[in-house]
Amino acid sequence: MTFPSFFIQLLNGLTDASSLFLVSAGLSLIFGVTRIVNFAHGSLYMLGLYVAYSLIQALGRSPFGFWTGVILAALVVGVVGVVIEVLVLRRIYRAPELFQLLATFAIVLVVKDAALYLWGSEDLVGPRAPGLAMAVDILGKRMPAYDLLLIAIGPVMLGLLWLLLQRTRWGALVRAATQDREMVGALGVDQAKLFTSVFFVGAMLAGLGGALQIPREPANLDLDLSVIADAFVVTVVGGLGSLPGALLAAILIGVAKAMCIGVGTVRLPGFEVDFSRLVLVVEFVIMGVVLVLRPYGLLGKPPAVARAAASVPPPLRSPRWQTALVWIALLLAAPLVSDDYFAALLIDIACFALFAVSLHFIMGPAGMISFGHAAYFGLGAYAGAVLLKRAGLPMEAAFLLAPFVAAAFALLYGWFCVRLSGVYLAMLTLAFAQITWSIVFQWDSLTSGSNGMIGIWPAAWLSGKTAYYYLAIVCCGLGIAFLWRVLFSPFGYTLRAGRDSPLRAEVIGINVRGFQWMAFVLAGAMAGVAGTVFAFSKGSISPSATSISQSTDGLVMVLLGGVETLTGPVVGAGLFTWLRDVLARETDYWRAVFGLIILAIVVLFPQGLVGGLKALFGRWQERNA
Amino acid sequence: MLAVKDIHAYYGRAHILQGVSLEAKGGEVVALLGRNGAGKSTAMKTIMGLVPPARGEVSFGGRRIDRLPPYRIARLGLGYVPEERRIFTDLTVLENLSVGRQPARAGAPTWTEDRLFALFPNLGRMRDRLGGRMSGGEQQMLTIARTLMGNPRCVMLDEPSEGLAPIIVEQMARSIHALKGEGLSVLLSEQNLHFCQVVADRVYIIEKGQIRFGGTMAELAADAALREQYLSV
Repeated sequence: MTFPSFFIQLLNGLTDASSLFLVSAGLSLIFGVTRIVNFAHGSLYMLGLYVAYSLIQALGRSPFGFWTGVILAALVVGVVGVVIEVLVLRRIYRAPELFQLLATFAIVLVVKDAALYLWGSEDLVGPRAPGLAMAVDILGKRMPAYDLLLIAIGPVMLGLLWLLLQRTRWGALVRAATQDREMVGALGVDQAKLFTSVFFVGAMLAGLGGALQIPREPANLDLDLSVIADAFVVTVVGGLGSLPGALLAAILIGVAKAMCIGVGTVRLPGFEVDFSRLVLVVEFVIMGVVLVLRPYGLLGKPPAVARAAASVPPPLRSPRWQTALVWIALLLAAPLVSDDYFAALLIDIACFALFAVSLHFIMGPAGMISFGHAAYFGLGAYAGAVLLKRAGLPMEAAFLLAPFVAAAFALLYGWFCVRLSGVYLAMLTLAFAQITWSIVFQWDSLTSGSNGMIGIWPAAWLSGKTAYYYLAIVCCGLGIAFLWRVLFSPFGYTLRAGRDSPLRAEVIGINVRGFQWMAFVLAGAMAGVAGTVFAFSKGSISPSATSISQSTDGLVMVLLGGVETLTGPVVGAGLFTWLRDVLARETDYWRAVFGLIILAIVVLFPQGLVGGLKALFGRWQERNA
Repeated sequence: MLAVKDIHAYYGRAHILQGVSLEAKGGEVVALLGRNGAGKSTAMKTIMGLVPPARGEVSFGGRRIDRLPPYRIARLGLGYVPEERRIFTDLTVLENLSVGRQPARAGAPTWTEDRLFALFPNLGRMRDRLGGRMSGGEQQMLTIARTLMGNPRCVMLDEPSEGLAPIIVEQMARSIHALKGEGLSVLLSEQNLHFCQVVADRVYIIEKGQIRFGGTMAELAADAALREQYLSV
């Protein structure tokens, strides 16, 4: 690469960094004060683009219209943030953290469909910035003037935010609440108002980040999850709660991505590396490296010890075998009375139930939240497909070996992940899942890339719907039973001891990390089983099996059913899969309907469905006693 | 001023307060004495609304406060100084004080930064120091000053002398006298009988979540058996 093109790529990277910084700064601010990991933050960015597009259309493509549109769009998105905070989040600040996460997932779904309804599914290409559309000559290369302006906006906004936080009483309140919000309340500060104002500022920053991209990036419906993944990475690499860290990380990642594009294919003796393919994964590699070297990010500090001792989850109770027998009998009898459609739905439910139970296994009893569990589901699926089609193994062998591939990756990824905890751990799992996704997505010769693989059918003796149904039910059922059994073995008790009281567990000689690692591998293997069964039931597999949305689906299933109960994930998986099927048939806006249902559940049953129903049942019993 | 009637409170299933009643009148310094784990801190947190009472009544200035959120209680003029101090370590002394600031209130002394620095001269010499870079005694002064910025009519001090050097304990006693001189009511929890004798007008003894004695300091001083039973270690 020549110096001028290197320099231009550097500037391109800095341009991308500005918006990335704005989104991440808002996310970081909101997390600091409210302790909510706001998955809907990417949706707010997306709204910023759409609203700016419409406002600029309405106000005219003059410099006045453009800049008024951008600023108004940021304010509108800020107000949307306030609405979200007041209508939903304010009601659940006392609910468990994971439930708040579920609520923000639901908001993602609702916002996506609202955008679909208002703006349609076509990408919307915004106007160039009036007055700044010309290009500037730099070292013989041309650079849009607007991009140079964007480069300046990042540091300027950091300066303004710094002044706001360091030089105003509001800023002092925000910093105080980030450390100890209960004490701030006891000093007479109305937390509700403070949280609302923080949400306004945070949402506005996301909206501004989106609106500023309108001349550079078409507004589209996939931005929400891709941007939230980027923003998570930046926040975590920079260190949660550190705004300078966020800027530093945004620059690092923006520039690294731009460089990958600029470098292109490099020929080394013996092989060649196509760096432009690394664009999708480079930020996750950076995050992985940073988190392993500096577990709290570049400029982050270890999180303050949570003050209100988080209430320890109630002990798990094993399901009664009578109930289990009834279910087993029903499932075995199902093919006798049902049609193919119903059997196919049951197979899906079985796969997702095992997927959800394996996720619950590490999230609940082992206390490690994963945002990237789809990696192992997808690896199981792809391993089955690759072993069958590329290695030419018989189907039975591919089917049996595939989960071990998932387990092997879980062994590798898990080694890094168990070194972290809390949000940082969750982010690292997301990073590994994204790396997996991008490999699957781009390795055309092995995985057929974005087209996915087809013709992954079971062997002849299993190819009947009923035969495969029994195989699926038995495999998934055994997987679930195995994981549940493990939870009531000494291994399972050790995991819970490590979760509830890591220090004491260490003191009595338990290698907490080692046990967590093993749990991670077990869960990965079982998710692999689910993926393998799923792939052979569909006959095809696409990269979406390892995507973020597959991971979040799993989280929704677990959280919907309730993380504190054993059977919750199964109920959640059943409900989720069935509802998605039914709703998708009825309406184009099934996501919104689904999101609203989740929100209703979150507000009404803050312990999850099974937990909430149990509580209701308990009260009913008490009244009748 | 502050009247607590038969409050009960739980942590999970543990029944911590089992019917605590006490009272602090205007301008009075009242001590809540008891051993570690007797329920002193929980009583204060319950009064402040930080732990929801399961039963019982708390009224302040003639108004029921037992269902109000903490910030509303603070805004009625009841100040709370927690045992662990809970200084905002990333904020400077002045910023810590600004978080506590509330409008002036009729019937209560109005505090400014300068008046507080006169009361706690050490703080005045470290206005821009971060809360996390202060000694325990300085933090104790700061946490009281921070609560006073809310111009309370009554302050609750949870173990103000705990873990402080003897010379700082003396300063603390003088400060409490000064607060009383300003007309504030003070409810303080203590394990240290001697400290209470220096500062308090009246005293309650709490043991296993119940009030076992209430009376003047002189009555407690006269009753060696009572002290032996509830206070000796």
